[in-house]
Amino acid sequence: MATEVILPKVDMDMATGKISKWFFGEGDAVKEGDVLFEIETDKAAMEIDAPASGVLRNVTGKEGVDIPVGSAVAWIYAEGEAVNETAVPLAPSATAESPLPVSEAKTPAAELAVEQKVDSAPRATPLARRLARERELDLARLNGSGPRGRVVSADVLGVSNTVVDAGAQAEPAAVQSEAPGSIAGENALRHFPEGSYELQAHSSMRRTIARRLVEAKSSVPHFYLAADCRLDALLKLRAELNAAAPLIESVPAYKLSVNDLVIKAYALALAGVPDANVSWTDEHLVRHSHSDVGVAVSVPGGLITPIIRQAEQKSLSTISNQMKDLAARAKAGKLKPNEYQGGTGAVSNLGMYGVKEFAAIINPPHSTILAVGAGEKRPVVTAEGGVGVATVMSVTLSTDHRAVDGALGAELLAKFRALIENPLSMLV
Amino acid sequence: MSYDVIVIGSGPGGYVTAIRSAQLGLKTAIVEREHLGGICLNWGCIPTKALLRSAEILDHANHAKNYGLTLEGKMTANVKDVVARSRGVSARLNGGVAFLMKKNKIDVIWGEAKLTKPGEIVVGAPSKPAVQPQNPVPKGVKGEGTYTAKHIIIATGARPRALPGIEPDGKLIWTYFEAMKPEELPKTMVVMGSGAIGIEFASFYLSMGVDVTVVELLPQVMPVEDAEISAFARKQLEKRGMKIFTDAKVTKVEKGANDVTAHVETKDGKTTQIKADRLISAIGVQGNIEDLGLEALGVKTDRGCIVTDGYGKTNVAGIYAIGDVAGPPMLAHKAEHEGVICVEKIAGVPSVHALDKSKVPGCTYCDPQVASVGLTEARAKELGRDIRVGRYSFGANGKAIALGEDQGMVKTIFDKKGGELLGAHMVGAEVTELIQGFVVAMNLETTEEELMHTIFPHPTLSEMMKESVLDAYGKVLNA
Repeated sequence: MATEVILPKVDMDMATGKISKWFFGEGDAVKEGDVLFEIETDKAAMEIDAPASGVLRNVTGKEGVDIPVGSAVAWIYAEGEAVNETAVPLAPSATAESPLPVSEAKTPAAELAVEQKVDSAPRATPLARRLARERELDLARLNGSGPRGRVVSADVLGVSNTVVDAGAQAEPAAVQSEAPGSIAGENALRHFPEGSYELQAHSSMRRTIARRLVEAKSSVPHFYLAADCRLDALLKLRAELNAAAPLIESVPAYKLSVNDLVIKAYALALAGVPDANVSWTDEHLVRHSHSDVGVAVSVPGGLITPIIRQAEQKSLSTISNQMKDLAARAKAGKLKPNEYQGGTGAVSNLGMYGVKEFAAIINPPHSTILAVGAGEKRPVVTAEGGVGVATVMSVTLSTDHRAVDGALGAELLAKFRALIENPLSMLV
Repeated sequence: MSYDVIVIGSGPGGYVTAIRSAQLGLKTAIVEREHLGGICLNWGCIPTKALLRSAEILDHANHAKNYGLTLEGKMTANVKDVVARSRGVSARLNGGVAFLMKKNKIDVIWGEAKLTKPGEIVVGAPSKPAVQPQNPVPKGVKGEGTYTAKHIIIATGARPRALPGIEPDGKLIWTYFEAMKPEELPKTMVVMGSGAIGIEFASFYLSMGVDVTVVELLPQVMPVEDAEISAFARKQLEKRGMKIFTDAKVTKVEKGANDVTAHVETKDGKTTQIKADRLISAIGVQGNIEDLGLEALGVKTDRGCIVTDGYGKTNVAGIYAIGDVAGPPMLAHKAEHEGVICVEKIAGVPSVHALDKSKVPGCTYCDPQVASVGLTEARAKELGRDIRVGRYSFGANGKAIALGEDQGMVKTIFDKKGGELLGAHMVGAEVTELIQGFVVAMNLETTEEELMHTIFPHPTLSEMMKESVLDAYGKVLNA
């Protein structure tokens, strides 16, 4: 029996994907588990294994083309099996919700029969439709968690909290022009003489960044709290800790950066002010029991925030080594979705570019993001009332006012500052 | 021998799990120590339905006159033959399970399993004798020994719970095992507990002409059902001659030579002594978690059941539990569904959804029958839901009247704003066959609108389902 090869959903936020490379071609023999193709999502590239052994046929998923999740992109036939030559339609199949790894699915192909999507209306239960209508939500923007991606009431009620790219639906252009803050291309272009520019197509990462940030900045009521933190004690501790790092094959076991200490301090601050370690949903305040700190990492063409989970419990060396690994893989586009989705708060550090201070946009489900500037020598008023010199780092906390009020945000920031200025308390 | 999946216990949960596992291409074995098909097929759901069918035909015959029919002579129940038919039904299905195992190339391992370490079981001789009569051990089964599997699914079910001091002895104090195969009919009987098992036996023996008294600890019979439905059923049962004590407990049972005296204490402090030939203890069931080696492996249990996530996974990797042993509701159809989910998750089937306990229907086959799904009215209010309630009476339905079954009701509960069907509750003839319509509706998240747009065939009892929906919105037609 022939096995369908589908474009799997490798990312919650994913409605379409691009095959960046096929490793096998029409008629090639493949073994179950061979890397069949690589897909590029808006955030990462991922290798997909062959779900069965046999001969690859009917390769309809073209490289570089946006393909709806769950579509059949090829079939694997058993050796000598008659090939069904009728073109297999490129339509979402039964397995739109396919989790990775696909190769584990041993479902008989009959159960995965291709289901033609008849209309372009999103699949949704009657209750979900009504709830969406009442809340004036666009069903097309909801990710269905029901059978075959059907939108169910829980999706509308925000329990699954999975808004996807509206542009991935049937009529991308039409839907996109309705997106808040969007600028129709023609309107913008008439201001510039022809020939004075070139047009660059958006990458899917760019689109996601644009959509999420418009959404966050326009729907989350931000307010900002700034503070200066004295860094000298922390820098001294860091130097001592790094000097004391044991050598493993003549390489130090860790090399802490200021940012690693900032991550740890922020995680402990969130843990110490649990009322601020929360996420807002329309139904509930989600109170988190751990500090999962997202750390903004700049990558070619955009940025991504891998998460250090339960960072309040992790040692500095663990955080440091984990961060190095996540950042390296982020730059290579090899992060797995579960490594950058979620998180309870975030840190964005532009200090290395000499930025003095800035304010960052909150990335829901986070309620806070800490923007960190450069540590620099500044004149300060000493305890004795004189003027001295200290290393000072300015930080700005952006806060979602729906979930965290001013005084609470201030408490969080004070806690962070106390940890940075008395860094030994981070070690116990 | 080494397998992908070994299922321990071949009740309705276990054997269905094994079939699905085999369908998914996993090398599968199932362990059984006593009866293929478990309690459900051999000592529960199925044989009681056979007994109740005999009771129903007897009741119909006794009311033949109402239908213009005269029965020459008297219709009598030959209890030995009634039991023999019931056993025959079980035997046929028991053979059916053996066939299904063979057809799906599932190895049947005969004996009692114990987990020795993750991924390994030792099958030995059963620690207690099998309930008799036992069907012959199927041909070609594997015997005692050590077996390994990547995934071990515990589906050992449950057994009757005993009240300290009133332990069943199989002679004067019965559990469902003895109640299923009486050699002769007692004249009088006390049934302790009015859940599905208790009330079904009470109803059966009542039809057989036994003087039946039911004692229930909680304020209503069939305590999990909607209070209004329960009260309606109680009235019908009492009309048939059943004596019912609620808010009452059996404090002591004195055994005589061939009878018992039950001391019943009601909530108001009054005590009554009821002398009866037999007492059925039907106060509930408890999970079979003993002698499986769970403790040594650190498998977490809670109140006699194995703790699992929504997919049957326990806290120990590679060990799963489904069905009664994995906790309430202890129903065969819940076990089957849980088993399928569990093994599909193991096989990596896409879009497996965790069991939604709020949509598990329940059916009780006493006369009148009771069936329900979802929230009761009281529970919906407790949860703070703003609700609309619809009711429709059997007495207003053409088919019900034609059948001579005009006592019953269909009750529906909707969320006032969203129109979500929160619960459906029925009492009356054949409602156990009707409820599935509402179960499908709930799973598809239909609102009252779709139900009102649906054409229900005429003349059927199902028309009452639609009328009940219409009633919830003040649009009832035939009332």
